[in-house]
Amino acid sequence: MSVTPMTAAHVARKVMDNEPLFILDVRNGDAFADWKIEGGNIQYLNIPYFDLLDGVEEVIDQLPKDRDILVVCAKEGSSIMVADMLAEEGVETTYLSGGMKAWSEHLEPVKVGDLKDGGELYQFVRIGKGCLSYMAISGGEAAIIDATRMTDVFLNFAQEKGATIKHVFDSHLHADHISGGRHLAEATGATYYLPPADAKGVTFEYEALESGFEAGIGSSKVEALYTPGHTIGSTSFIVDDQYLMTGDILFIDSIGRPDLAGLAEDWVGDLRESLYQRYQALTDQLTVLPAHFMIMDELNEDGSVAKKLGELFKENHGLNIEDEQEFRDMVTKNLPPQPNAYEDIRKTNMGQITPEDEMQREMEIGPNRCAVR
Amino acid sequence: MNADKVLDAKGLACPMPIVKTRKSMKDMDSGQVLEIQATDKGAAADLTAWAKSGGHDLLEQQVDGDVLKFWIKKG
Repeated sequence: MSVTPMTAAHVARKVMDNEPLFILDVRNGDAFADWKIEGGNIQYLNIPYFDLLDGVEEVIDQLPKDRDILVVCAKEGSSIMVADMLAEEGVETTYLSGGMKAWSEHLEPVKVGDLKDGGELYQFVRIGKGCLSYMAISGGEAAIIDATRMTDVFLNFAQEKGATIKHVFDSHLHADHISGGRHLAEATGATYYLPPADAKGVTFEYEALESGFEAGIGSSKVEALYTPGHTIGSTSFIVDDQYLMTGDILFIDSIGRPDLAGLAEDWVGDLRESLYQRYQALTDQLTVLPAHFMIMDELNEDGSVAKKLGELFKENHGLNIEDEQEFRDMVTKNLPPQPNAYEDIRKTNMGQITPEDEMQREMEIGPNRCAVR
Repeated sequence: MNADKVLDAKGLACPMPIVKTRKSMKDMDSGQVLEIQATDKGAAADLTAWAKSGGHDLLEQQVDGDVLKFWIKKG
């Protein structure tokens, strides 16, 4: 009886294709409750590995015979042990190679549209953590927005496409994940742009991203639009008058929270103005491309996270709260817990601390939690 | 804190810190205290959950450089 690994990429494909899967998650109950592999057609059983050390007999009855079983733990060691024990009892399973850490780091590139003159726009879906990055490619040049820490993925992708990375943007100073922007710029000689209002504590050189700034790549252009509220510097991008990257201000089924830098009360007015005035002034036909998703329902059938601005104005609850006080209460009270290690993540993104790779992985464990619904 | 026994689980990856803790505990009497030293960061949450589910008392935990130390009283 065999025990075979399944890669995070393979699991991501299954999730995006809505294939049936049974997950036996052997992490402790708190870790499972906090964060797990999400999917529309996944069934779960959570039993900590330390409750299975005497044997797996009692679990076997609870496992299905008609769907693949994936054993999952934090780093893979315990899932291999449990999968081995199940194999000895004649139950065939796979385990998640690299565990939830690998799941957290996997990026799935999804094409979201064509740009003029043969250009392309890609969304990189970090399916385990809900982060979304973007690469616009035109005429052999590329611009990257909100890159995650896994910079090799972007470097290799640009190389495959024969594109030189010219511009690297962050929509704001991130608090839920470590930005790859600065390292991408260093590796390629590209320019790294940050909104200056978010960059007060930054220890490295960057180009100030001001509203109205335009960067050209091939035949396409990336335009900056100041939309504060999640942070005081939060900036959106418009690509070729067709696509609107909203950063952490507007998501598909929720809106940004203003509290991760500790200033919820101060920024709620900015958030409202960005959502209810600045976006309202744009054309409904723009395709909104956020920096996060929170639930799998926000994914389209092809795995992309994108919707027309006009539809969001109709459907997104956060864009439809007429009463200002009600809006203020929603985004400042009863907020979900803050992302894991968010203060250290902000310091890392400012260059104030430089944790080792393993530490950076630990800091990013868990969901992104950048939204309020 | 005084311990009746010390388990060195440094350098071991999950699930070994718990597997060894459990084995050491089996040879001890109820009320005795085991000190566990580990470097796997996941050990903190897992030992806490394991002690609770097994009816043991996690008396104290400390961080000493890279080493996590735990004192668990057998239930």
